[in-house]
Amino acid sequence: MSAPPETTDEGRVVLDARDIARALTRISHEILERNKGSEDLVLLGIPTRGVGLARRIAERIAATEGVQVPVGSLDITLYRDDLRQQPARGPQHTEVPPGGIDGRTVVLVDDVLYSGRTVRAALDAMRDLGRPDVVRLAVLVDRGHRELPIRADHVGKNLPSARTERVMVRLDEYDGHDEVRIAGTGTGTGTGQDEVGGA
Amino acid sequence: MRKHLLSVDDLTVDDIATIFATAAEMHDVQRREVKKLPALRGRTVINLFFEDSTRTRSSFEIAGKWLSADTINITGKGSSASKGESLRDTVLTITAMGVDALVMRHSASGAAQQVAQWVDASVINAGDGTHEHPSQALLDAYTLQRSLGTLEGKRVLLVGDLTHSRVFRSNVKCLTRLGAEVTVVAPPTLMPSGVDTWSREAGFATSYDLDEALPKADAVMMLRVQRERMSGGFFPSAREYTVGYGLTRDRLAVLGPDVPICHPGPMNRGLEIAADAADAAQSLVLDQVSSGLAVRMSILYHLLAGEGAS
Amino acid sequence: MTEQNTILLRGASLLGEQGADVLVVDGVIAEVGSPSAEGARVVDADGLVALPGLVDLHTHLREPGREDAETVLTGSRAAAMGGFTAVLAMANTSPVTDTAEAAERVHDLGRAAGLVDVHPVGAVTKALAGEELAELGLMARSRARVRVFSDDGRCVANPRVMRRALEYVKAFGGVVSQHAQDPDLAGPQSCCHEGELSGRLGLPGWPGVAEEVIVARDVMLARHTGSRVHVAHASTAGTVEVLRWARSQGIAVTAEVTPHHLLLTTDLLGDYDPTYKVNPPLRPAEDVEALRVALADGTIDAVATDHAPHARHDKEHAFVDAAFGMLGLETALPVVASVMVETGLMTWADVARVMSTTPAAIAGLKGQGRGLEVGAPANIVLVDPSADVTVDRDASVSLSRNNPWHGRTFGASVRHTLLRGRPTVLDGSLVQEH
Repeated sequence: MSAPPETTDEGRVVLDARDIARALTRISHEILERNKGSEDLVLLGIPTRGVGLARRIAERIAATEGVQVPVGSLDITLYRDDLRQQPARGPQHTEVPPGGIDGRTVVLVDDVLYSGRTVRAALDAMRDLGRPDVVRLAVLVDRGHRELPIRADHVGKNLPSARTERVMVRLDEYDGHDEVRIAGTGTGTGTGQDEVGGA
Repeated sequence: MRKHLLSVDDLTVDDIATIFATAAEMHDVQRREVKKLPALRGRTVINLFFEDSTRTRSSFEIAGKWLSADTINITGKGSSASKGESLRDTVLTITAMGVDALVMRHSASGAAQQVAQWVDASVINAGDGTHEHPSQALLDAYTLQRSLGTLEGKRVLLVGDLTHSRVFRSNVKCLTRLGAEVTVVAPPTLMPSGVDTWSREAGFATSYDLDEALPKADAVMMLRVQRERMSGGFFPSAREYTVGYGLTRDRLAVLGPDVPICHPGPMNRGLEIAADAADAAQSLVLDQVSSGLAVRMSILYHLLAGEGAS
Repeated sequence: MTEQNTILLRGASLLGEQGADVLVVDGVIAEVGSPSAEGARVVDADGLVALPGLVDLHTHLREPGREDAETVLTGSRAAAMGGFTAVLAMANTSPVTDTAEAAERVHDLGRAAGLVDVHPVGAVTKALAGEELAELGLMARSRARVRVFSDDGRCVANPRVMRRALEYVKAFGGVVSQHAQDPDLAGPQSCCHEGELSGRLGLPGWPGVAEEVIVARDVMLARHTGSRVHVAHASTAGTVEVLRWARSQGIAVTAEVTPHHLLLTTDLLGDYDPTYKVNPPLRPAEDVEALRVALADGTIDAVATDHAPHARHDKEHAFVDAAFGMLGLETALPVVASVMVETGLMTWADVARVMSTTPAAIAGLKGQGRGLEVGAPANIVLVDPSADVTVDRDASVSLSRNNPWHGRTFGASVRHTLLRGRPTVLDGSLVQEH
């Protein structure tokens, strides 16, 4: 699938495919550096796009270290604190790798860090699945506006934004191409899916 | 999805697909060490059972608890009429305590539908008389779909006391909606009144002859036959029923090893289902129980978690 | 002549035909045609149809026992509002009207209310149990002069008991009104017509044949005993066939049909609304059609309301547990006008026959159903045949609200009712002067 043509109402591209690739490579190295290798690492992507990002990071670690780090998914739908503010939506898949997460170093992977509520929900969700030694957070984009005392350990790009703007992450495996866009100045026409991606 | 689940008619094909997708995730929770999700924290679910049912009540109770709802059981044998209180007064009294959902079982057909008109809470029909039992139909279809891959074009037999079966009435709606070719089998005295015209409209077939229908089946669902029906003259003896309509060892051999067997329970072993069939490798009876939990978690979640839920 | 006891009904259309003035003096029709109005209280009846006061063979007034649902007084009000001048009050009260004393009590309550003639129906069997005959003769000899006997609500199922009852009432010209329903074919849980809808809804139904086998049996018993049997609330096409055959054989059988069985069908049960739960049950459209034809061609003799008031809480149960019955007195005439007259199946003269003359004859009521002729008691109802009235259950004068007609619009309405010359209803409102 090829990328759609540029349109102005779609906003502007802030990361293209190569930027994303470089950012993920850097994050992968940072993770290894911080962890002093790949031992006990588990990557948990937050659906939807966090899962794809986690897999890409795992590929890069495998390329560097020759080790396949376990990758799973951690859905946070049922742990959201705003469940009652919208119609109930079905949960997405949660998959803990066979080795579990007890005693591991879990790196949560998400596409956009925004209010911090998704991460809080993810921490709650993880508590029901096991007890990691360490939990770290890797995000492709940090757009600011935190509402909770949460910060990312590994950031692809810090992207100052207005609350009225929308940040849209497109990944090849879901959207047919890789890019990050920022759009809108208070028109509020963004789709719910994009907003969820940046919670 | 609608506010209440009173009948399979309340669900579109998309709704059913959504319930099944969520149920699949809920199914995984059953394998976890910590079987608890916070989705319904602060919600109150009352299991209001006017008629005894250990299995459905406990299934809804666990489903509610695993979703962190406050689940309370109220059971009362006999109709409220016999106590001098109207059904309306009974349910209004209970819901006045601030209830988000009533999971209701009643011996009278239509009771859940009537109650839904009187209360603000979501009403989930956990079996009304001989009318419907939608959560059972959903869990049966979910179980069969997991076993068969799809229900589209699959030939499913429902065998037993159709007249008095809410499982039959809900299942035939749910299965046909999902594309299955359903044939219902019973002696003429246990066929519901007017089924000839109604089956044609609803798109299922009827038969008095189990042996003719059995070899073509992709799945078989045996329905409970109550021994009390004999005194009502619906059939002469248990022995005669078994010979005509039981899933016996001989009929099990006709079925072949890959045809799934379901039974909503409780089973009358030796009457409508032989022990060999109930315990066969292809029997989904226990899968139905675990699927039941997942499906009921999914139902509670979709009816109660989102906005607009009371 | 004083205005007190002289009334001139001006310009009424008699039985829907020729217009005439009717002069009523001292409770009796004194003159029909163009009498002088001098000294008379004039009631403008221009455009109204005059019929003899209606007679209901089948009413439940609930007193004694369930005065929260209806009393003889409130039921009499509803009857007068509906254009009735006589009602037969069924025996299934608490206690049951199965003694002379019980019958006299209802009779006296009716007299005290003074709005319609209330004639108690006597039970056929003690306590409606279907086993031993009640004191039929003593009730007949009582002040209440009971002539109609019925276990209504229950069938006199035992053929031996039914035979004896039919034989016994011959001595005083009585008639047994049978609630035809074989209890073995219609189990205790039965609550609706057995058919496709009951199969879908999972409601225990009773089949039309449960009624028809009893009607067939009873007409044979009537022939055998040479007595008279009356079929209460006929509800199926099969019953009509049996009646037609019985008439062709000269058997002394009469039958009534309710307004609701002439219009409402079993489809209304789709939402399990107990308002529509009634015994016998609402039937499919084919039965409704057959009943209309039978009423028009005289196979069915009379319309009777089966007015069955119930306290609200007795209807607010699950469908199978809720009480049977629906209100009928106030709406009977509008319903019959709508399904029989407006459709061209019957004339107003036919309405007078099936709602007044014939029921009065079946019940042996001498002063009722006499027609609008000089010398007859002035029991008269004046009907607006071109009204446009929407039924509001809360506007009912009955104590109960189990009204299946709520929200329906009818093209006829009762304007005035006279009981022996005394207005009980004027301009659609009760006259509270007694």
